Amino acid sequence: MKKIKVIVAKPGLDGHDRGAKVIARALRDAGFEVIYTGIRQTPEDIAVIAQEEDADVIAMSLLSGAHNTLFPKVVELLKEKGLGDRLVVGGGVIPESDIPFLKEKGIKEIFTPGSKTEELINFIKENVKCDEE
Amino acid sequence: MKNNPEFIINGILSGDRSVLARGITIVENDLNGAEEIISKIEEKTGNAFILGITGPPGAGKSTFTSSFVTELRKQNLKIGIIAVDPSSPFTGGAVLGDRIRMRVHTKDENVFMRSLGSRGALGGLSLKTSRIVSLMDAFGMDVIIVETVGVGQSETEISKTADMTAVILAPGFGDDIQALKAGILEIADIFVVNKSDLAGADKLELELKQTLKLNYTDTSIPVIKCCSTRDDDFENVYSEIKKRVDYFKKEKILDERRLNRKRRDIYDLIKSEIEKITEEKIKKLGGIDSILNMTDGKVYLTEELKNLVKM
Repeated sequence: MKKIKVIVAKPGLDGHDRGAKVIARALRDAGFEVIYTGIRQTPEDIAVIAQEEDADVIAMSLLSGAHNTLFPKVVELLKEKGLGDRLVVGGGVIPESDIPFLKEKGIKEIFTPGSKTEELINFIKENVKCDEE
Repeated sequence: MKNNPEFIINGILSGDRSVLARGITIVENDLNGAEEIISKIEEKTGNAFILGITGPPGAGKSTFTSSFVTELRKQNLKIGIIAVDPSSPFTGGAVLGDRIRMRVHTKDENVFMRSLGSRGALGGLSLKTSRIVSLMDAFGMDVIIVETVGVGQSETEISKTADMTAVILAPGFGDDIQALKAGILEIADIFVVNKSDLAGADKLELELKQTLKLNYTDTSIPVIKCCSTRDDDFENVYSEIKKRVDYFKKEKILDERRLNRKRRDIYDLIKSEIEKITEEKIKKLGGIDSILNMTDGKVYLTEELKNLVKM
């Protein structure tokens, strides 16, 4: 059976990675293979990593307020690389009012403070089109 | 993306990075078409030099690899990196963190990196590692670096997969050199004493050199001291490793290892075919439980069972 592969990425100038590490650990314990990129990644870096790792999910964490710029940029670059079918999700300090815009840009779900890790795990399990053969 | 073998093979041979990535996924997960891809790609392999990097956790394997790749890129070589990290024996999950140390190469089109979970294999690599090496080889990589999980003493699988193996040590891990002797220290073609800025590095270097003098028939194994975060050190690292590679070529050690690898690979292939036959046989005999019934629940080969198996 194919394992679900998830990139946990921190785009932009934001060094607050406690949340991302908690997520990485929770996804690991859910049986996923998690590639943690480390902090301060450019959208280009994240797209290349998703490409080389053939990731099913790109999960981004951002607490700097630049989500409206960086999240859609990653989706755009993924599409350029032919990876438009990958599940992209975001999390962090993101105002409710920004969520409709982000979803319109192709980020499938946003997890704000207080979300349970199970919510993300279940969301991934339900939404990854794993081409198991 | 399409998964059919022909599309994958053509994509890999024409240098399409996304297709290489997908091909690795297919082979790693043994999805449909994996066998066909591997068997057809085999004839396009044999050009890459495969360097294994191993050593205890935290010795600096990833950081060393990153700096060494920087040096290799100055020679305009195309580089593949396969980095293995441990999978959980309980959930099968893994956190693969080697990319964090190699970020300077992310956007370099001539470097392709893939992270693998060890998925229950205990030798420091994953079972599919050598097949993934073949895909990268066929893709046109000049050098493929295979980094193992952080190892203890007995994970020597890398020496069978790689053309040459570098064992990375750092001060603080090496006080018990003597105890480490059998096992990973035996597979080193090169020793690297990393973190040379730390106290104890000189002592470790000395201990290694003395151990080599006492115990090894091959007295030409170099001990290279460096600090992996210092790019300046890597001109020397490169020239030492290059010397070693030249020696391997001159003494035909490389040819011998590659021949041994072929012997082992074909042996393994036959073994896995026989395993399939075993499965069929067991099925024919009515499954493992009815076989156990034949022996009254005991684990031994009765004459009757031996004859049934031979039939």
